Amino acid sequence: MDFQAVVFYILSAILIFAGFRVVTAKNPVHAALYLVLAFFTASGHWLLLQAEFLAIALVLVYVGAVTVLFLFVVMMLDINVEKLRAGFWSHFPQAAIVALIMMAEIILVLSSPEAGLSKLQPAADAMAKISNVKVLGGQLYTTYLLPFEAAAVILLVAMVAAIGITQRQRKDSKAVDPGVQVRVRRDDRVRIVKMEAVKPEVATASESNNEQQA
Amino acid sequence: MELLQSLLGADAGLAVWTLLKILVIVGPMMGAVAYLTLAERKVIGYMQIRIGPNRVGPKGLLQPLADGVKLLMKEIILPTKSSKGLFLLAPVLSIMPALAAWAVIPFDEGLQVTNIDASLLYIMAITSMGVYGVIVAGWAGNSKYSFLGALRSSAQIVSYEIAMGFALVGVLMVSSSLNLVDIVKQQGVGIAGGSILSWNWLPLFPLFLVYLISGVAETNRAPFDVAEGESEIVAGFHVEYSGMAFAIFFLAEYANMILIAALTSIMFLGGWLSPFPASWGILGAGSILWLFAKMSVVLFLFLWFRATFPRYRYDQIMRLGWKVFIPVTLVWVLVLGVWMLSPLSLWK
Repeated sequence: MDFQAVVFYILSAILIFAGFRVVTAKNPVHAALYLVLAFFTASGHWLLLQAEFLAIALVLVYVGAVTVLFLFVVMMLDINVEKLRAGFWSHFPQAAIVALIMMAEIILVLSSPEAGLSKLQPAADAMAKISNVKVLGGQLYTTYLLPFEAAAVILLVAMVAAIGITQRQRKDSKAVDPGVQVRVRRDDRVRIVKMEAVKPEVATASESNNEQQA
Repeated sequence: MELLQSLLGADAGLAVWTLLKILVIVGPMMGAVAYLTLAERKVIGYMQIRIGPNRVGPKGLLQPLADGVKLLMKEIILPTKSSKGLFLLAPVLSIMPALAAWAVIPFDEGLQVTNIDASLLYIMAITSMGVYGVIVAGWAGNSKYSFLGALRSSAQIVSYEIAMGFALVGVLMVSSSLNLVDIVKQQGVGIAGGSILSWNWLPLFPLFLVYLISGVAETNRAPFDVAEGESEIVAGFHVEYSGMAFAIFFLAEYANMILIAALTSIMFLGGWLSPFPASWGILGAGSILWLFAKMSVVLFLFLWFRATFPRYRYDQIMRLGWKVFIPVTLVWVLVLGVWMLSPLSLWK
C-alpha cells in the first residue's frame, strides 16, 4: 500500500466517523461542527485527486461561509433535542428503506458499464502542466457557458427572494437610517458660545452662574 | 536540504527540511507577536504623550516576557456548565489558521515553505476558518455575554471577508494568476520600471483601501473592535477565558495582524520588490528587508488607527461593510475589466 492509499483510508475513516456523528450527535452545535470536519476531510480527498481548486473552494465556501451561518441559526434557536428524538425508532424503518434504495441507485449508476468508470483516466497527467483554475475557468466560460449562466440566474433569483422575504419591515420600528446619522455635522449638534473670562469673585458668583446658563 | 536527504533518504529528508522551515517561520513569528504587543503599547503611549511600559528591563523591553510568564502561571478556569472539549478546542481553532496561512507566504524569491499554484485561494480558505475559534469560544463558555460577543464579532468577520475577497479579485485579474510569487513578480514590470509606481496599490487604489480597512475589521482591531469593547461590554467572545487560553486568542489576533500586513505588502505593495527602479543597482534589488519594511509600515498604521479613531457603532460597521465596501469593490472590478480590455491597459 503506498502513501496515498494510507492517507486515503485515514481520511475516509475520519469522514465516515464525522458523517456518522453529524446524524447521531445529541447536541445540534456539535453536529454542525462534525459537519465542518466532514467537509474538511472531503476536501482532503479532493486534494488527493489533485483537484486543488475544488478542494480549496469547498473549504472556502462550505466551511468558511455556509456552515458558519448554520451554526448561527443552530445556536440561536433553542432546539429541544428530546422532542426531536421522540419518534426516532418508529420512523427508523422507513428511513432505512429510503436510504437503502438511494444506496442501491448510486451503486447501480456507478457500476453500470455505461458509466465507464474503469475506463476513466486519472486526470493528474493532463492537469499537471496547466493550472487547475485555468482549465476549470476555460471550461465554464466556453463549453458550459449556458448551464453556468442559468445556475447563476437561479441563484440570483433565490437571493432576491430571500432578501425580499426579510424586507417586510415593521411600521412602528424606531430604527434610524444610519445614512442620515453619519451625515450629521458638528454644527447640527453643538453650539459654541464664546464668552469673556469671568473673575471668581465671591460677591458675583451667582451672577456669573447666570451668565453661563445664558 | 541535499545533506538531509542524503542522510535520511529522499522523503524523510524533505519532511525534516519542511519541518525546519516551519520552525524558522513560527519561532520568529511568535517573537514578533510578543514584541508587537510592546510596540503597540509604546506607540500608543507616545501618541498620547506618555511613556508606556518602562519598568521591566531596559526601557521596558522585557515587558512581553513578563506578561507571558504571568499568563502562563495563571489557572485556566473551566466554567462548570461549559462544553469542556470545545472550550479548550476554541483557542486552538483560532490560532491554527493564523499560523497555517504562513505556509505559502513568499518572503523573497524562492524563500517560502511551499509554492503552490493556488496560494491566494489557499490563504482565503485558511483565514476563513479563523471565525470558528470565535464562534466556538463564545458558545462553549455557556455564558450569555460571551455568546453575544461571539455573534457580533463573527458576523463582522464574515461580512468583511466578502469585501476582502472582492478586493483580491481585482488583484488576481491584473496578475492573471493565483500564485503569490507571480503576483509579486507582475508588480515588478510595467511602465514605471518596477518601482513603487508600478505596484498594484496605484491602479487598484480603491481596492487597496478597502483591503486595508477590511483587514483592520477582520482582525477585530480598533476602530472595529466591538469584540473587545472594553467601555461597553466586558470583552466579547473570550470573556470566560483566563490564563494561557485567553492569551492564545491575543496571540492569534496579533499573528493575524502580521499576516494581514504581509498580505497587503504582497498584494498591493510589491512584496519583496524595491521601491526604486530595478536599474538602480543595489537600491533597486528586491530583498526580504523591503518586505519587512513594508509590513512594519502597515503594522504601524494598525497601531496609529487604534490611537486615533473612536470605536464604530455596531450597525455602522455593518453598513460600512455591506453598503459601502462591497459596492465599491464591485464597481472597481468592473472598471478594471473594461480598463484591461481597452488600449490603455497597463497589463499587457
